[in-house]
Amino acid sequence: MEKQNLKGWLYLLPAFLFLGIFMVYPLIDVLIYSFEEGYNSASGTSFGIGLYNYSYVLHDPFFISALKNTFILVAITVPASTLLALLISVGLASIKKLRDLFQTVFFLPYVTNTLAVGMVFMILFAKTEYTDGLVNIILSVFGIDPIDFIDGPYAAKMFVLCVYTVWVVLPFKILVLTSALASVNPEYYSAAKLDGAGSFKIFTKITLPMISPMIFYLIITGFIGAFKAYSDAVALFGTNLNSRKMNTIVGYIYDMLYSDGGGYPSYASAAAIILFVIVLTITCINLMVRKRHVFTGR
Amino acid sequence: MDKKKINSALLRGRILKGVTYALLGFWALIVLFPFYYMIITSLKSYGEYNGESTPSLVPMHPTVENYISAFRDVPLGTYFVNTLIFTIATTALMLIVSILAAFAFSRLNFKGRDLAFTLFLALMMIPSELVIITNFVTVTNMGMRNTFMGLILPSVASVFYIYLLKENFAAIPDSLYYAAKVDGTSDFKYLLKVMIPISSPTIVTITILKVIECWNSYVWPRLITDDEMKFLVSNGIQALREGGFGRENIPAMMAAVVVVSVPLIVLFLVFRKRIIEGVAKGGTKG
Repeated sequence: MEKQNLKGWLYLLPAFLFLGIFMVYPLIDVLIYSFEEGYNSASGTSFGIGLYNYSYVLHDPFFISALKNTFILVAITVPASTLLALLISVGLASIKKLRDLFQTVFFLPYVTNTLAVGMVFMILFAKTEYTDGLVNIILSVFGIDPIDFIDGPYAAKMFVLCVYTVWVVLPFKILVLTSALASVNPEYYSAAKLDGAGSFKIFTKITLPMISPMIFYLIITGFIGAFKAYSDAVALFGTNLNSRKMNTIVGYIYDMLYSDGGGYPSYASAAAIILFVIVLTITCINLMVRKRHVFTGR
Repeated sequence: MDKKKINSALLRGRILKGVTYALLGFWALIVLFPFYYMIITSLKSYGEYNGESTPSLVPMHPTVENYISAFRDVPLGTYFVNTLIFTIATTALMLIVSILAAFAFSRLNFKGRDLAFTLFLALMMIPSELVIITNFVTVTNMGMRNTFMGLILPSVASVFYIYLLKENFAAIPDSLYYAAKVDGTSDFKYLLKVMIPISSPTIVTITILKVIECWNSYVWPRLITDDEMKFLVSNGIQALREGGFGRENIPAMMAAVVVVSVPLIVLFLVFRKRIIEGVAKGGTKG
């Protein structure tokens, strides 16, 4: 038995080492960092323990701007992408021909490099001295004056960021909803049809309740993912997000850690913990709402 | 009268179907267009691209010069090789670590196993943003910036894949294990000869998911490398855009973008079913 114990832990050892060094220890450390005031990474000393780092971060205009951007992004992209994914998956479920092809195409953004394709979006939306950009040329057909989406007004930049974010997150949502729709027992539909229910009624009374657990799953993971937005913004606007007023919370954390204004692990830690608390709170609210509204079969 | 009703219902169904196809087709266009645009732009010469105030959707004089300059004028080839090394090493290490751990959790009986597994599951909730700060400091202090060790080691462990494999291993009937025991097979041999082959679909799935994750990782390489020769494709391409030819030479930039995107698209088309299944089972993004 002793030998068996040793053996079990031996098999676990590599995983424990990796997780211990790069996950558990950092978790404790980040908490300590966030409370150490005036930490100096060169000498490894600090003045004392307190809430100064949090107060600094919460009063930093760059953080406030990042917070605002992230909340706007979440508020727009989570509902927009979930609804769009629902629409597309319902469409996919209703056809037979070309369905496989559509599914393959729709999944493509999942495997692409966010940074690389983001640059294509940047070029499509950008207005330069040479050209107004393809999007502006299309818009001009509808009589809209060219807008600089990449260097121009805040709302325009936010719009591109939202469009690109939706483009990136949609494949996962379509996939989850398509398999949820496929798992609804067809007998329910035949029974409803027999009772003379119209297709809209079938959708709202049967389909939606049946797939509601998956929709809620997507909303929760969508919130978590959108709060961590960062690379999409870098792809569109470059690494210096603060100066473009397009930074996100995660971007703020990394900038504090390492960039031109970096070298402040304490502030980065405080910001990371604030982010974690926000995400945790929103997830708890989501779970509470879920309890009330999701059909669980009981 | 009935016939009329049926006819109008049929017509309505047909219109609905037409609208559905039109909408799906429209979205497919939006998904595919950026890919098409990067390819045609990469085939235009510098002069042709900058001479068009309305970008044409077909390159008039296709040229591969941009691809040559993507490899010659900037170290795209180096980024590519670096990413390949990083991806293979990280994925291989992840597989070894995960298989051993999953085997311990599912097959071996030892004191503290269930407690350890519960703690493991709790780790799944920890966002990487939280631990990356200390990891950055750790790797810097160990002098592993701009090294493959520094890039690879923190990216190896993945609780979720261990969990996925453990579930898979646990589904293998106990009788096989006892039969092997009677034959005098050692635990390790049983793992290699029986469990891994039986679970190979799941192993392939997590391999592919990890490869995608590695190939596209941006944040960690950006933090940990500032030597151009150690860049991976993501931060390399970002650097090209901000400091390299990206500012002026858009077609060459697009050639680099195509080169970076192609491997994963090929991988996806080959393993389409596996990837879609795997993501449905356990992927998250967005």
